[in-house]
Amino acid sequence: MNLTFSPEEQAFRAEVRRFLADALPSDISERVRLGRHLRADDHLRWQNILSEQGWLASNWPKAHGGPGWGPVQRHIFDEECAAAHAPTVVPFGVNMVAPVIMKFGSIEQQQHYLPRILSNQDWWCQGYSEPGAGSDLAGLNTRAVRDGDHYIVNGQKTWTTLGQHANMLFCLVRTDPNAKKQAGISFLLIDMQTPGITVRPIITLDGAHEVNEIFLDNVCVPVENRVGEEGQGWTCAKFLLTHERTGIAGLGHAKQALRHVKSLASRIQHRGKPLLELPSFRQRVVKAELELMALEVTNLRVIAAARDGGVPGAESSLLKVRGSELRQELSELTRRALGPAALPFFPDFLHGDGGLDDERAQSAAASAQYFNRRKLSIYGGANEIQKSIVAKTILGM
Amino acid sequence: MDFALTDEQRMLEETLTRLVADQVSPEQRRTMLAAAPSGASALWRTFAELGLLHMPFNEDVGGLGGNGTDLMIIMQALGRGLVPEAYLAGLVLPGQLLALTANGEQQTRWLAPLLEGEHQLALAWQESGARYDAFAIVTQATQRNGQWQLNGRKDVVLNLEAAAATLVTARLDNGKLGLFIVPADAPGSSTHLYRTIDDQPAGELVLSNVTLALENCLSDDASDALAEVLALGRAALCAEAIGAMEEACDQTLAYLKERKQFGLPLATFQALQHRMVDMHLHLEQSRSMAILAATSLSLPTSERDYNIAAAKAYCGESARFIAEQAIQLHGGMGMTEECYVAHYAKHLVMFDHYLGDSDYHLETVSELLK
Repeated sequence: MNLTFSPEEQAFRAEVRRFLADALPSDISERVRLGRHLRADDHLRWQNILSEQGWLASNWPKAHGGPGWGPVQRHIFDEECAAAHAPTVVPFGVNMVAPVIMKFGSIEQQQHYLPRILSNQDWWCQGYSEPGAGSDLAGLNTRAVRDGDHYIVNGQKTWTTLGQHANMLFCLVRTDPNAKKQAGISFLLIDMQTPGITVRPIITLDGAHEVNEIFLDNVCVPVENRVGEEGQGWTCAKFLLTHERTGIAGLGHAKQALRHVKSLASRIQHRGKPLLELPSFRQRVVKAELELMALEVTNLRVIAAARDGGVPGAESSLLKVRGSELRQELSELTRRALGPAALPFFPDFLHGDGGLDDERAQSAAASAQYFNRRKLSIYGGANEIQKSIVAKTILGM
Repeated sequence: MDFALTDEQRMLEETLTRLVADQVSPEQRRTMLAAAPSGASALWRTFAELGLLHMPFNEDVGGLGGNGTDLMIIMQALGRGLVPEAYLAGLVLPGQLLALTANGEQQTRWLAPLLEGEHQLALAWQESGARYDAFAIVTQATQRNGQWQLNGRKDVVLNLEAAAATLVTARLDNGKLGLFIVPADAPGSSTHLYRTIDDQPAGELVLSNVTLALENCLSDDASDALAEVLALGRAALCAEAIGAMEEACDQTLAYLKERKQFGLPLATFQALQHRMVDMHLHLEQSRSMAILAATSLSLPTSERDYNIAAAKAYCGESARFIAEQAIQLHGGMGMTEECYVAHYAKHLVMFDHYLGDSDYHLETVSELLK
């Protein structure tokens, strides 16, 4: 066994690092570094640069216009992006609906949608959760009734991330209320301009407008916008959940966050000495360091297995649980490190274009991010759901 | 980056798994523990025949040149079976220290027979006043009239009873750390033998004006060699703990599936499912740390010590967590001597007391934190 990257992989890392140094606009990386929310245009500018480089769809095969990277290269790319404060690519198009269209979509759907995703023409959002269907996703109630060449869709979706910018929605709907609950679900692609769609912001406890509710009121969707067969929607949804989840630990982000905590705690003074020398604080940093080391090797084990042809299944759940816990702990340490400076809250600066003096700007996001990071153990299948998945699929309980 | 085992390593793993299954059942283990430790059991002879005694040593001292991964495979299998043989304490640690410090004659006298299974040794590095610090010792060695004289007291020396001789660290007049080999029958040396709470044969070695010939001094500056061997030992212990954690998890899971309360198997209760998953998470994260430790042995010293201290601290806490949960999930049965998992639990808790506990190693990580 060895844990070192090959010379080719190291050269690839250097190439990614060079590209990021040259191509990532400094105003965007500065917004990410300070924890300010990105505007739609910030996302688009960066994703257009990636698109031009051919690196936007890092998980796509070459045949569809992706770079054809393996799991190791994707891991390196993600790590370097996080270290350079590059924005995370909005995943709903390239990483979520695209693999479903490639796997289950018709040739026409592939030819129409995939190039538009690759060129950032469409901004996709996800219509999965509903007020009554969170962890129990298959309990969804949004109803689609066939009417000639169309479905008439009625219902409500929620937690739709960045839906306020999206022009396309992929949506799980119930087409057969009499079938067993997973069997009556279909997967629809819906144009957000269609009459009857209302998007309402949900403001989260950090003051951010990141997620939305979407109301569908007699929305008319052409049958040709269904992916796969009627009643096959759950298969598509499950495929999405197992597809390429080696990045789920958020290792690059955790590494960056730990570097930040250490540098912060080396600068901030406590009784005339760096905070990092306060034993109780240092002990927590050391524990986070250990957890990160373990998580990194576990992540590499899963990546190596994926590279060698395995399918990361339930192991992703382990990565998700431990990765989210670690990132939450690091956001806690960042907030604590700042002491009283963590109290002032400047929403105009964090979520808009408001200005702030340089010193305050450095610490402005810490507490808001701490609250924002609570989502990590809730979304994508709450950590308790992940544990139940492990109990069932790995331990056979 | 590669986590796969080579064909030879897979064969080694299979051989050991079979051997442990055949020869170290709970009843066989009980019988083995009832006998006085001799260093010459039937199982030890089998180890010799399989080449296990040569495996972890370099070719230049007559070994098979096994690396950290090979040692990890062996230790993990021994941990799974809770095998009562002093593979680490009686062979690997003293043997590696001899390989690093002994001259040709000393190697012929002590190391060659060790690898052939003709005798076992022990390593006395620990003293009660120094806790886990191998370098803060007070045992003294003084050279006088062409001889060495040793005085001091060595605490919790594993495999002391079976050892033909013990490697002893002692402070020299010039302040350096000396290393000596003290035959079991050396006049002036005496032992107080006992077993540890997790059944390892051990004892206290008292050195009272022990007079040794010059050739019994292995090194007059053994600090680096000792640090290297202790690092190896820590990595090996992590691997052994992984094997024991695996078995404790497997036994607990099997019990949860079989034991019924309220008319249902315990495995159907979500509170217990999630606890079992937590054990599994601790195991997998610790396995990653044990792999890190096993692949860090040839790194530069500070990097090696950082990774291995991190692994030992991490595995120490996980081992205790898994042990406590294993007892809890077995309910009253987990409290009994008769329940096999209790023996794993004891070893996993006491793992933290061998070669430095979590606090000791967290301090090392803290000191080296970048």
